[in-house]
Amino acid sequence: MVQLTLPKNSKVGVGKIWPRPKDAKRVTEFHIYRWNPDDGQNPRMDTYFVDRDECGPMVLDAIIWIKNRIDPTLTFRRSCREGICGSCSMNIAGLNTLACTKAIDDVKGAVKIYPLPHMEVVKDLVPDLSVFYAQHAFIEPWLQNKVSATPEKEWNQSHEDREKLDGLYECILCACCSASCPSYWWNGDRYLGPAVLLQAYRWLSDSRDEATGERLDQIEDPFRLYRCHTILNCANTCPKGLNPAKAIAEIKKMMIARQL
Amino acid sequence: MTMRSPLSRVRGLGSAHSGTEHFLTQRMTAIANVPLVLFFVYLLVTLAGRSHAAVSATLSNSTTAIFLLAAILSVVIHMRIGMQIIIEDYVHHDGLKMSLMMANTFFSIAIGLCAGFAILKLNFGL
Repeated sequence: MVQLTLPKNSKVGVGKIWPRPKDAKRVTEFHIYRWNPDDGQNPRMDTYFVDRDECGPMVLDAIIWIKNRIDPTLTFRRSCREGICGSCSMNIAGLNTLACTKAIDDVKGAVKIYPLPHMEVVKDLVPDLSVFYAQHAFIEPWLQNKVSATPEKEWNQSHEDREKLDGLYECILCACCSASCPSYWWNGDRYLGPAVLLQAYRWLSDSRDEATGERLDQIEDPFRLYRCHTILNCANTCPKGLNPAKAIAEIKKMMIARQL
Repeated sequence: MTMRSPLSRVRGLGSAHSGTEHFLTQRMTAIANVPLVLFFVYLLVTLAGRSHAAVSATLSNSTTAIFLLAAILSVVIHMRIGMQIIIEDYVHHDGLKMSLMMANTFFSIAIGLCAGFAILKLNFGL
């Protein structure tokens, strides 16, 4: 059955309260999920106080500040710090988003940060995304041509056909949407999830691709595709403002179109 | 604990190549349910508190009976698929899942037959 409560060894306890920065005028409180696979302890919520006059405006700035100034053991992923790499996705104030594009001032009160929900945790705010990446690899996210993989000239695409990829190609695979989807929580091993299905549709709707039928064959499945019940958490949480639910609905329309 | 590679787990047993028909049937019965259930509710309101004889008289009308039979067919199909989706979503134990799926099918057929039989009986004035 679906597990609605956390297992015993995953229950989150009260953690350490780290000292306030001295002489700080503007301080924001952060509650951050901590879990270390090596110490055999349950996860805990640590409390940190960030001097806002010494730190940038975004949540990522704050956790980098914490790592540099207070607690070097705090573990998280980050790279581009401008919303294009998708590394720093985490659950901030109850919503999956990118720490680098989420302003601290947008959160009222203490900022609560957890790793992406319902993913196995590697350490602290780092979730294990290996299945998520395998799902992306599974949909073969590259242009497939049956005539020739190495044409003599480029594949042409009309302006209208190129526009069909808008709202799809911008996905940075941060996994915020998939980790927000209850269907993905309960059946993430079989359901491909919103991010990967949006990517699948990106290739299904590419006028240059010649593997549309095979792609549809691969995902026509009660679990891989049809676990989407249009809950729309994906569209609500996407930090890039995309709508994976709409892409999934378009895939379903293609499935019907080839039957009728 | 599994040592299968992530991609092997994702590929699993392959695609079932199905689901579209269920999806389409669920939507079509949903649309059909709107007028059929409205008709059923209308009938229920107008017949509320009336005698058995009055109900029998109303249902002896073939059109009324056919509309009610259509409502039962559509609602039962819709109910069965809906329940199957819920079971697939939340029940992950293979044996339990299979038993619940069977129970769901048997229940749907039983309730559909009983309701259909009742309407026919009233229509034929038995």
